[in-house]
Amino acid sequence: MNEPAQEWRASAVRQVEADPQAIHRLFPQAERRGGPGARRALLGALRGDHAVIRSLYEGGDSGERLAILTVLHELGLEDAAVALVEDALRTNDARLVAAALGPYGSAWLDDHAFRQGVLKCVFMSIPLAAVAGLDRRFDAELARMLSDYAAELRAAGRPVPRDVLERI
Amino acid sequence: MRIFDPHIHMTSRTTDDYERMHAAGVRAVVEPAFWLGQPRTNVGSFLDYFDALLGWEPYRAAQHGIRHHCALALNPKEANDPRCAAVLAELPRYLLKNSVVAVGEVGYDSMTAEEERVFEAQLTLAQEHELPVLVHTPHRDKAAGTRRTLDVVRVAGIPPGRVLIDHLNEMTVGMVAESGCWMGFSIYPHTKMDPDRMVALLKEYGTDRMLVNSAADWGRSDPLKTRQVADAMLAAGFGEDDVDQVLWRNPVAFYGQSGRLDIDTGSETGADYAGNTIKRG
Repeated sequence: MNEPAQEWRASAVRQVEADPQAIHRLFPQAERRGGPGARRALLGALRGDHAVIRSLYEGGDSGERLAILTVLHELGLEDAAVALVEDALRTNDARLVAAALGPYGSAWLDDHAFRQGVLKCVFMSIPLAAVAGLDRRFDAELARMLSDYAAELRAAGRPVPRDVLERI
Repeated sequence: MRIFDPHIHMTSRTTDDYERMHAAGVRAVVEPAFWLGQPRTNVGSFLDYFDALLGWEPYRAAQHGIRHHCALALNPKEANDPRCAAVLAELPRYLLKNSVVAVGEVGYDSMTAEEERVFEAQLTLAQEHELPVLVHTPHRDKAAGTRRTLDVVRVAGIPPGRVLIDHLNEMTVGMVAESGCWMGFSIYPHTKMDPDRMVALLKEYGTDRMLVNSAADWGRSDPLKTRQVADAMLAAGFGEDDVDQVLWRNPVAFYGQSGRLDIDTGSETGADYAGNTIKRG
């Protein structure tokens, strides 16, 4: 990382530590000015302030939302950010849906929401390898849902994805 | 042939358009914020629109191998509506976003005092955020409106090289050429400019600071007009380098002044799963 980017990032982290609201101005430009990883550093500086994280997500573009979803599990939020994951699962953006089923979503989504999320991955051609903790959360109901979907594909003469076949 | 459409409203277009545009050589677009064809009634309606220009639309474009950036603003038509005025207070946080490469479209529609106030306020916002500006010129009373537009730009003190004056024609190109601002031309099937008249203006005024767009939206318009101009240029004796300058390098140079133009990563459809995912999930 070059020196101006390093300086920008260090200064931005100090500003957020002093005033969490400063992140609203700094976060959108963080990767442009502070280099790769700058957004993660700023989120860490929030020290688990879930109200700020939530408003930051709601005001964020896709890249900002992705950056937040990707590190949610590192931020010490317990279940306070489940609504963000649920929002991401409502989108039609494969990057956001996959990130929603990362370590945080896998830890905190309820069974129904998790199963629906996994099925949505299959619909969106997101490899199931992207789902964190799938082995741990896989259950008979999810197996049934995937089997029914495979039957629907076969009836339509369409191929069943290999990672679905492996699970049923 | 690579084409950059510097003004097109893709939210109003179909995925078929994206496919045809890619096949014609379009690899990058800028979508300026405008109106919906009918008036919005509240600020939230703008915010959802801005979010779509920053989220869904670039994602959708990328599925078809086209890089999508946007320009954001309170558009001239709705600048007169007091229900929409509070959008100006929301713009600063949006103008920080990575894919915002200009403030626009701003300017006059009916040339009211309120439009002028909003126009000036947004020129100030552009300077504060170090962004270039895309300026719409009015369809009614165009020559007078363009003259007054140039006066406002001059008084604002924004360098002319950071301003693109759009929807020009034979009546208005001369004064913009003299001003030092960039010149934009919208090529339409029945109104505005057509490819042959565009070629005539390129012969007369040269290829510097000239940008050609389709301005395609929900009206009678055609997202392939940029390609038609390129073909008309070649047929009229312009070289491939001239075509590349007008249809690629000029828009890259103008919007590149934002420091946020990212046209290396999105030029081809991603090979990973994110590249083929618009289904009914």
